[in-house]
Amino acid sequence: MVAKNKHNEIIKAESRDLNFFYADGTQALKNVSLPVYENKITALIGPSGCGKSTFLRSFNRMHDLYPGNRYDGQIILYPDNTNILDPKVDPIEVRMRISMVFQKPNPFPKSIYENVAYGLRVRGESNARVLDEKIEEALKGASLWDEVKDRLQDLAFNLSGGQQQRLCIARALATDPEIMLFDEPTSALDPIATVNIEELMSSLKDKLSILIVTHNMQQAARISDYTAYMYLGELVEHDKTGTIFTKPSKKETEDYITGKFG
Amino acid sequence: MEIKKSKKTAVDVNAIRKLIKKHKKNDLAFAALGMFVIASLTITLIILFLDLVLDGYPKFTLDFFSNFPSRRAARAGILSAWVGSSLVLLVTFFVAVPLGIAAGIYLEEYAKKNWVSDIIEINVSNLAGVPSIIYGLLALGLFVYSFGLGQSILTAGLTLALLMLPIVIVSTREAIRAIPIHIREAAYAVGATKWQVVLHHVVQYSYGGILTGVIIGMARAIGETAPVITIGALTFIAFLPPSPVSVDPPFLNFEWLSSGFTVLPIQMFNWISRPQHAFHINAAATGAVIIILTALMNGFAIKLRYNVRKKIKW
Ligand SMILES: Nc1ncnc2c1ncn2[C@@H]1O[C@H](COP(=O)(O)OP(=O)(O)O)[C@@H](O)[C@H]1O
Ligand SMILES: [Mg+2]
Repeated sequence: MVAKNKHNEIIKAESRDLNFFYADGTQALKNVSLPVYENKITALIGPSGCGKSTFLRSFNRMHDLYPGNRYDGQIILYPDNTNILDPKVDPIEVRMRISMVFQKPNPFPKSIYENVAYGLRVRGESNARVLDEKIEEALKGASLWDEVKDRLQDLAFNLSGGQQQRLCIARALATDPEIMLFDEPTSALDPIATVNIEELMSSLKDKLSILIVTHNMQQAARISDYTAYMYLGELVEHDKTGTIFTKPSKKETEDYITGKFG
Repeated sequence: MEIKKSKKTAVDVNAIRKLIKKHKKNDLAFAALGMFVIASLTITLIILFLDLVLDGYPKFTLDFFSNFPSRRAARAGILSAWVGSSLVLLVTFFVAVPLGIAAGIYLEEYAKKNWVSDIIEINVSNLAGVPSIIYGLLALGLFVYSFGLGQSILTAGLTLALLMLPIVIVSTREAIRAIPIHIREAAYAVGATKWQVVLHHVVQYSYGGILTGVIIGMARAIGETAPVITIGALTFIAFLPPSPVSVDPPFLNFEWLSSGFTVLPIQMFNWISRPQHAFHINAAATGAVIIILTALMNGFAIKLRYNVRKKIKW
C-alpha cells in the first residue's frame, strides 16, 4: 500500500510529532508533522533560527554526530515503513538512502573524480568501469559534465563556487538516493549560479524526492511544489506552493510572505 | 552651468588624520619591537653557529665522519656517534610516530569527553614540559632495570620516544582540529563510517601538520643529552653496532637493538670536557653538525607544511 494524504500525493517520508532537543536543552522542533511527497520538491521557509536546518538534518540523522542531541517522535520512510529515528536503525543506513547538499559548497580536497566517487567507494565499489559510468552519469545529472569532463583529475577546489556546489550535488546523486536534502544550497552563490542550481533541482525531481530549506521566498515560489512555513520550531502551515503564496490560510504565514514580518 | 558642490560643514578631517597617525604609530612601535626580538634571537643563533664553524672547520673532512673516536684528537671522528644517533632515532621514530598519531586520533575522534579524557588531556600537555632528565631517570628504572633492556640503543630509542610522544600527540590533535566541520559532515552525509572518515579524510588532510610535529620532535630528540647520559650511554665507543640490514635472508637483523652506543651530543660533551684544545675543535665541529642536522630537519618541516597548505585550502 502506498501512503497518501489530503493532497492526494504519494508520501515518500513523513515526520510525526517530531520534537528535537539540542545537547544544551534548546528545543528546536515542536511537534512537527510534515510529509515529503514523492517526486515533488518540498520547500521549508521561515525566519532565521526557526528550526529549518534542524528539521532537515533530522532526516539524515546528522544530529547523531554530536553527543547529547535528542529526537522525540518519528520520521517514517516509505515504502518500508522504517522509522529512521529509531535508535535501532543505523544512521549510516539512513544516510545511504537520503543524501544531503549543504549551505556552503563543501567538496573534499581531492580530485573532481574522487569527490563524486566517494559515496560509491564507501559502499565498497572499486570496479573502475562501474565507477567511471556512475560518475559520468552523476556529473551529467548535476549538469557539470561538459565543464569538467576533460579535467576529472583536477582538484575540486579549482572550480568556481557554483561548479563546486553542482559537484556536491553530483556527489550526493551518485549513490541513487531516495530523498535529497538541500540546506540553503544557493545562499553562497551568485545569481547566475543560483539559477543553474534551481533548474538542476527541478530536473532532479523526476528521479527522487526533494526537501529544501531556503530563506529566499522567491526561490521557494519558483521551484517548489509544496511549501511549509515554520516559526519558532513549529510548523505553521503546509500546502501547495501556489496556495501558500496566494491565499495562505494562516495570518502568520501571510504576514511573513508579504514581508510584514521576518 | 554651475556644478553644485556640497556646502555642509565637513567633519573635522584634521582630527581624523591625527587619530589615524597616532594609531599607526602603535603599529610601528609593535612591528619595531617584534623585529628587535626576532633579530636578537636570530643573531645570537647565527653567532653561536659561526663560532662553532670557525672553531671546527678544520675537521669538516670525510675522515671526521668515517673515523672512530681516538686518544689522538687529530685522528678522532664521529663515526660511532652519528651511527648511534641514527639508530636511536630510528627506534624513536618507529615507536613514537605510530603511538603518537594513534593516541592523537583516539583522543580527538573517539574518546568521550569525561573526566578520564580530561586527565589524559592534562597529562599529555604536562608531559611536553617535563625536564628531559626526568625521562632519563624513568627510563633507567623502567627500561634498564625493570625490563632488563640494558644500556642499549633500544632503551635510548624508547626513552627519546617518550620525550617525543607528547609533541606528536599535540601536533596530531591540532592538525585534526584544523579540518573544518563541514568537510567531516560531507563525508558522513554520503554514508561513511567513523573509521572511513578517519582513514579517508582526517588522516589525509592532517598529515602535513602531523609530519611537521614528527620532524620537530625528531629534531629535538637528536640533540637530547641528559636522558641518554642518565640511562648510561657510553662516552667512548670504537665499534659499530651490528648492521640492521644484511645481504642474506631474512635481510633484517635486530641485534643492534641491544648494542651499546653513543650519540652525537654525548660525543661532543665528552670532547669538550677534555683539557686539550685539539679536542675542543672536534667538539665544535660536532656541534655544528648537530645544528645543521636540526636546521635541515626544521627546514624540511617548513617546506612540507608549505606544500600541504598549497594543496589543501579550506
Ligand atoms: N548546536 C546547537 N546547539 C544548541 N542550539 C542550537 C544548535 N544549532 C541550532 N540551535 C538553535 O536551534 C534553533 C534552530 O536553529 P536552526 O535549525 O539552525 O534554524 P534555521 O535553519 O531555521 O535558521 C535556533 O534557536 C538555534 O539557535
Ligand atoms: Mg539554517
